[in-house]
Amino acid sequence: MTTLLLAEHDNTHLKEATAKALTAAGQLGGDVHLLVAGSRCRSVAEEAAKLDGVAKVLLADAPPYEHFLPECVAELLKSLAGSYDALVAPSTANGRNIMPRLAALLDVMQVSDMMKVVGPDTFERPVFAGNVIETVRSRDAKKVFTVRTTAFQAAGNGGTASIEALEPIADPGTSSFLSEELIKSDRPELATAKIIISGGRALQSQENFTKYIAPIADQLHAAMGASRAAVDAGFAPNDWQVGQTGKIVAPELYIAVGISGAIQHLAGMKDSKVIVAINKDADAPIFAIADYGIVGDLYQILPELSSELTKNGH
Amino acid sequence: MKVMVPVKRVVDPNAKVRVKPDGSGVDLSNLKMSINPFDEIAVEEAVRLKEKGLVSEIVCVSVGPPRAEEAIRSSLALGADRGILVGFQGELEPLAVAKILKAIALEEAPNLIILGKQAIDYDCDQTGQMLAALLGWPQGTFASKVVVEGSAVIVTREVDGGHQTVKLNMPAIITTDLRLNEPRFAALPAIMQAKKKPVVKKSVDAFGIDTAARLEILKMAEPAARKGGVKVKTTQELVEKLKMEAGVL
Repeated sequence: MTTLLLAEHDNTHLKEATAKALTAAGQLGGDVHLLVAGSRCRSVAEEAAKLDGVAKVLLADAPPYEHFLPECVAELLKSLAGSYDALVAPSTANGRNIMPRLAALLDVMQVSDMMKVVGPDTFERPVFAGNVIETVRSRDAKKVFTVRTTAFQAAGNGGTASIEALEPIADPGTSSFLSEELIKSDRPELATAKIIISGGRALQSQENFTKYIAPIADQLHAAMGASRAAVDAGFAPNDWQVGQTGKIVAPELYIAVGISGAIQHLAGMKDSKVIVAINKDADAPIFAIADYGIVGDLYQILPELSSELTKNGH
Repeated sequence: MKVMVPVKRVVDPNAKVRVKPDGSGVDLSNLKMSINPFDEIAVEEAVRLKEKGLVSEIVCVSVGPPRAEEAIRSSLALGADRGILVGFQGELEPLAVAKILKAIALEEAPNLIILGKQAIDYDCDQTGQMLAALLGWPQGTFASKVVVEGSAVIVTREVDGGHQTVKLNMPAIITTDLRLNEPRFAALPAIMQAKKKPVVKKSVDAFGIDTAARLEILKMAEPAARKGGVKVKTTQELVEKLKMEAGVL
């Protein structure tokens, strides 16, 4: 049994999603090899080699892989698939883009968002916005899956795997990268933050996110999130969206401000360790899952919370 | 230019799904069903391309039971031209659906296939990518903007941390994200007109495709419910509890 894990990175650093997916890959039993596909990304391979439980790092360092175009990366994975029993990636935007393409090239049905390894061919995954957990047994000889990273602890650092360089394969030439706009922020990433504070439609504007949510995020070194309603209304950027069709998060502390708690939002955050809800509607569904709730006007409560945090040294 | 839009009839996003007592599946009887919201966005995008004069025909395809025709009729009411219903009882996996869609794409020869990034029932997020692989076409997943430019399509994608823009040679596959557009409401005359638009019915058997499930569903269960906690009166009390009781500050 040997598993190939596709690393998530930005050509400079490995993302924590990789270390979490590695824990899942390790639970299959057998060796785990890590594929770093990118451009001028040797530093990523060096970080990857230090992860606990990596037997070998494969480095595909070539221009076509720089932007992780699925037409190129799926072909690369396919060319390597013969030596592996399972091919795995974290359920990031890249993993979700590339792995189903690979699965179809291999004539395998992918297990999406795998959240528990029950046995070498049996897995749990969420369906219906996380309201149902299905246990599936894969009949395919090779397994392909994406890992719900919030369900696994990150693997530690202490490994000394070797790095093997791969020859790049031909770019099919049907797609090309034009540009990207990544939001620069000093705050932690939503996917890996220990604390998240999210705002809903009740925030009413982008300015109010900056005025009321951001100060508390700064005090707590928290990531900022938003409900779908707030993103649709243009109050917050799309990559802040927490929910079934946005980011799935499970921080130590999740503070939901002015979010009523639609099924699709709960699907993205209900596995958080501690949930705080601030909402003026005492009957809002969010209170049914919150550990601590305050009923009241967020425009009054958030400044109070901010000064209370200051008093406590935050 | 021709666009094909695969659509799925799914449980309404606001309906509460229950697991059958024996854990063999979910009970969807008596629940409101509708077109998958992401597929509705796909239809709307195709209609907008047609309104710009870039597209001459929009063909909707659904694979499912007879009532899947409802999803096709909803699409026709939004402005699609005709439908194809591939009859199948039960739940097909994305790989099997992608193989059926490939066969139809080879017959119809569309320049673009636009579909939802995921169906909100099984949340797989696979069909578009798989179809792209089987056809050997490029893919622009999680699209928030689509611009046709000659024989190529420029797709802006929602990715972790922001947006990425790629250029795909057509024919190509696009999967839609939430912010691509806001679908129109079908007016009554459009709904009436949609009833007269042609929908061809085919059987899955006609394609000679192995549709056997690769993933055997052993069990379905509801996750452990989270208990509601306490309401606090003041932010002072909240911070105290987060520090002392929950230990997260």
